[in-house]
Amino acid sequence: MIALLYLGSSIAFIVGMRRLGGPRTARSGNRIAAIGMLAAIVITLVNEEIASWGTVVAGLIVGTILGIWAAVRVKMTAMPQMVAAFNGFGGIASALVAAVAVVTSDLSELPLETSVTILISTVIGAITFTGSFIAFGKLQGIITGRPLLFPGQQFINAAIGIGAIGVGIWTLVASEIDGYWILAGMALLIGILAVIPIGGADMPVVISLLNSFSGLAAASAGFVIGNNALIIGGALVGAAGLILTIQMTEAMNRSLANVLFAGFGAADSAGGGTVMSDKPVKRATADDAAIALSYADSVMIVPGYGLAVAQAQHAARKLANALEERGIVVHYAIHPVAGRMPGHMNVLLAEADVPYEQLLDLEQADPQLPQTDVVLIIGANDVVNPSARDDATSPIYGMPIFNVDRAGTVIVVKRSLSPGFAGIDNPLFYMDNTLMYFADAKDALEETQAALLNM
Amino acid sequence: MSPFVVGITVFVLAAFVGFEVITKVPPTLHTPLMSGANAISGITIIGAITAAGLDAGSAVQALGFLAVVTATINVVGGFLVTDRMLEMFRRPRERVRDDA
Repeated sequence: MIALLYLGSSIAFIVGMRRLGGPRTARSGNRIAAIGMLAAIVITLVNEEIASWGTVVAGLIVGTILGIWAAVRVKMTAMPQMVAAFNGFGGIASALVAAVAVVTSDLSELPLETSVTILISTVIGAITFTGSFIAFGKLQGIITGRPLLFPGQQFINAAIGIGAIGVGIWTLVASEIDGYWILAGMALLIGILAVIPIGGADMPVVISLLNSFSGLAAASAGFVIGNNALIIGGALVGAAGLILTIQMTEAMNRSLANVLFAGFGAADSAGGGTVMSDKPVKRATADDAAIALSYADSVMIVPGYGLAVAQAQHAARKLANALEERGIVVHYAIHPVAGRMPGHMNVLLAEADVPYEQLLDLEQADPQLPQTDVVLIIGANDVVNPSARDDATSPIYGMPIFNVDRAGTVIVVKRSLSPGFAGIDNPLFYMDNTLMYFADAKDALEETQAALLNM
Repeated sequence: MSPFVVGITVFVLAAFVGFEVITKVPPTLHTPLMSGANAISGITIIGAITAAGLDAGSAVQALGFLAVVTATINVVGGFLVTDRMLEMFRRPRERVRDDA
């Protein structure tokens, strides 16, 4: 009977997830899933023989307050690290559930499959926890976004990974509780070591993958406590995270193994070199940008993370409005890896009330570029780098890009000539039809709009 | 069938459902989808409540309490922040109508 009630929650998760996939139904989908969750919590509180209500209620209250506080305060630009943090909390919760199962029972008396799922839940949960908080630190700027590499790193990681498997087998064979704690510690370490060598630009992939992991941790916790709602919910999330991870790596034309293990974007690995930085660029002012824009019939805005950092999404929208009033057709070209997690840029532009129809993805926008008069690049870099197309030695060679160099005029709004997150120089900046407007994205857009009004 | 085999069966079928449900999501919704999925993975809160409810000494109580706190942050924060994001995806016209 109780199992049937939990099944209701599982159905709510599936229906909710399905509705999250459509623009019109997404909000109700999220709420349906939330109601399913609330129902599952109530069923558990009523059904389980809870001996220490104080601990449970105190935990629920503290968690609710912290959760609301975080969710209400977070800025849309900080959404990727917020999701990473929530992921980490979910992961450690699953690991703790497994830990309680170990402490309150005797490993030697548990069936083997239960012991195995306890270890899996602990390991995946612990890796998700530390991995997510390293990702959080990189995105928040607490830890450097550059890959941290040291000699023998891959050897050490492999040794710890193999060692963890050994300790796990020892724990199972000898029913050794000390082995369990050593294994948990090693898993925490693996989470740190696995994410540290990954560059900030690859964090969208890492977050997607850790999202998948938090689902797998929940599913394995479901095996530990014998509850199908956890198994179903966890499997759904595991699958969803995996799909998004694969889509992200495809958008970068790289394999998952390459993202995780290649130390991509490390200081010395940047092919194509920084030797080009001596070349002259054409500097532009707000007036130059406004003149170029005013003579255009069609404008394509390519936003990147620089737009998010400068909180310039509203300024971009206002400039686009001013252009549209002059009869100029404006679209936004959104690269799959723009921003710091999949779909992040869409959220930021939606926050600024940019109409859904003006947002074009890679396949829609790129064929239009040769007919586009002016491309306005705001804080984007690698996704418009022609090296990805032309330079086989470039680390990003083969990544699908916007071929903006085929448009009439390119205006690049950027704070300085410094290379982007991946640390790769961009030949686009030195081309004849490129104007470099060095400024903060928000200031540049507002000043260009003001200059436009004076014409 | 043993409960473990049933569990494996449920897991595999649910994973297939997940793949089918997610495959055709427009990029615009990827961030809210991930954030909502993340909240659903907080279902581990059920295990956390069960663990914290055990009367088995202060060490277990401490572990259980931490599990409930972290799982609750994941659930409450995850669903709330997803709702905040999706609020913005509504057309401005709809927002005006709602405010009236």
